Amino acid sequence: MRTRYWRTAVGVLLTAVMLFPVYWMIVVSLTPARDMRKSPPSLFPASPTLEGYERVLREQLPYFGTSLLVALGTVVLTLVLAAPAAYALAKLWPAGRRVFGFVLLVAQMIPGIIMALGFYGIYVRLGITNTVWGLILADSTVAVPFAVLVLTSFMASVPDELLQAARIDGAGPWRTFVSIVLPASRNGVITAALFSFLWAWSDFVFAATLDSGGPLQPLTLGIYRYIGNNNQEWNSIMATAVIASVPATVLLVVAQRFVAAGLTSGAVKD
Amino acid sequence: MRARLAAWAFVVPLVVYLVVCYAYPLYTNIDLSLREHTVRTFVYGGAPLAGFANYATVFADPAFRTALLNTVAFTVVSLVFQYTIGLALAVFFARAFPLSATLRALFLVPWLLPLIVSASTWAWLLNSESGLVNAVLGIVGAGPVNWLTSPSWSLVSVTIANIWIGVPFNLVLLYSGLRNLPAEVNEASALDGASGWQTFRYVTFPLLRPVSAITLLLGLVYTIKVFDIIWIMTRGGPSGSSSTLATWSYELGFGSPLPRFGPSAAVGNVLILMALAAGLVYIRAQERR
Repeated sequence: MRTRYWRTAVGVLLTAVMLFPVYWMIVVSLTPARDMRKSPPSLFPASPTLEGYERVLREQLPYFGTSLLVALGTVVLTLVLAAPAAYALAKLWPAGRRVFGFVLLVAQMIPGIIMALGFYGIYVRLGITNTVWGLILADSTVAVPFAVLVLTSFMASVPDELLQAARIDGAGPWRTFVSIVLPASRNGVITAALFSFLWAWSDFVFAATLDSGGPLQPLTLGIYRYIGNNNQEWNSIMATAVIASVPATVLLVVAQRFVAAGLTSGAVKD
Repeated sequence: MRARLAAWAFVVPLVVYLVVCYAYPLYTNIDLSLREHTVRTFVYGGAPLAGFANYATVFADPAFRTALLNTVAFTVVSLVFQYTIGLALAVFFARAFPLSATLRALFLVPWLLPLIVSASTWAWLLNSESGLVNAVLGIVGAGPVNWLTSPSWSLVSVTIANIWIGVPFNLVLLYSGLRNLPAEVNEASALDGASGWQTFRYVTFPLLRPVSAITLLLGLVYTIKVFDIIWIMTRGGPSGSSSTLATWSYELGFGSPLPRFGPSAAVGNVLILMALAAGLVYIRAQERR
């Protein structure tokens, strides 16, 4: 029993070391601007202030709205494309899995920066840079291959008897998909949706290349501008970063098992 | 026949999407790299074909050598540390103890944070004048280091940040690999009188080899193309000292008022070949498992 608690103590220590940068981000976000250059910096927020957060709410709110819009749009687009295709590959046409699996794995490996330049070339010619839906389309490329692969494996485990029963009752493929397969693979849908949201929310490459001059810009660009302005107000920058981390934290708390499932099935992050 | 038709109806949107959103941008990229572009031709078309002139320009540029060597160094050092730390943590967490599941979950945080958040946090930690790292160095008597602004340290700094982000990924994959090993093997080894280290060295580690290979190869594919962290922390600088193929490609195309799209696309296509080579090795390894 004693050795087990010894392990817990070491584990807590290791976790504290690993998460120290996150802790520091929170401390800095609460530090008054006048103490920002204090040497040495104090390890605890000695006189915590919310001035950084106030400034964020004043200046960065539109960026957050755009990010939310882009992330939700990406989730919808990704699921609309991936779920039916996954159903087909899992149940209607299993022979296609090999080819599509290979193509999607390769697609996941293409560096984001290359996709960004290609999209930029296309968007400039079509005159659709700096649009939110253009950004959604580009952001979805990170999520779609992953979503198809995850959903296919979830849908493949839906028992065939269920589908046969539906067919005997006269349900066509679409009906079967909507009322049997989708509900039965709910966990897969949640996993795919969560990761699509997180990746679109976090995207920087596509935003920087395709939407850096638009009226609606996501918060990754908001933070980037803050840093780039040679800004001394690091409490505002870190306050934005803290708020930008909220979705990831919520995800970890409410959906930890989905996160682990997604990661081990080869989740990608650029 | 009807089933086949239905299957196609469900897959066709994905196929169209893959053509429009993958094949077409990649084709655009190749096309860009083979033409002599100005800002005007980039918008209106009509750029003359230039053959492989852009590639020749890129290969002749001394910045190419730097970016290539930096990419290799950044990738290899990141992988070595991420894997070693991840494996040590996986072994530590493999035996359950009170709170172990919660702590393991907390270890995922760096991997889930938006990269701009991690990058700006590290940038402030490593800030020359006001960063915590230099403050701590000052307390133990070491001089301040210009982590992000000195050419000899910038690559080290971005590599440290990248290792921090990659550890959780290695931990989770190696942990699930360890959990899938048959428990009897370790027990047998312990009964034979092997020490904990001997069991690890001669039993666990060799058994884990397939999972290790997958983890490292997947890490390789992702690390080669890392862009955000480096660009946000140093923009590949100062004077190219932390530039990789990914950041150099971006810098050529977007980093200056006078974009050079042809060379930018050429560098991108070199990078894609490296990523795909790594990717194909990964797929081979995955299939053999």
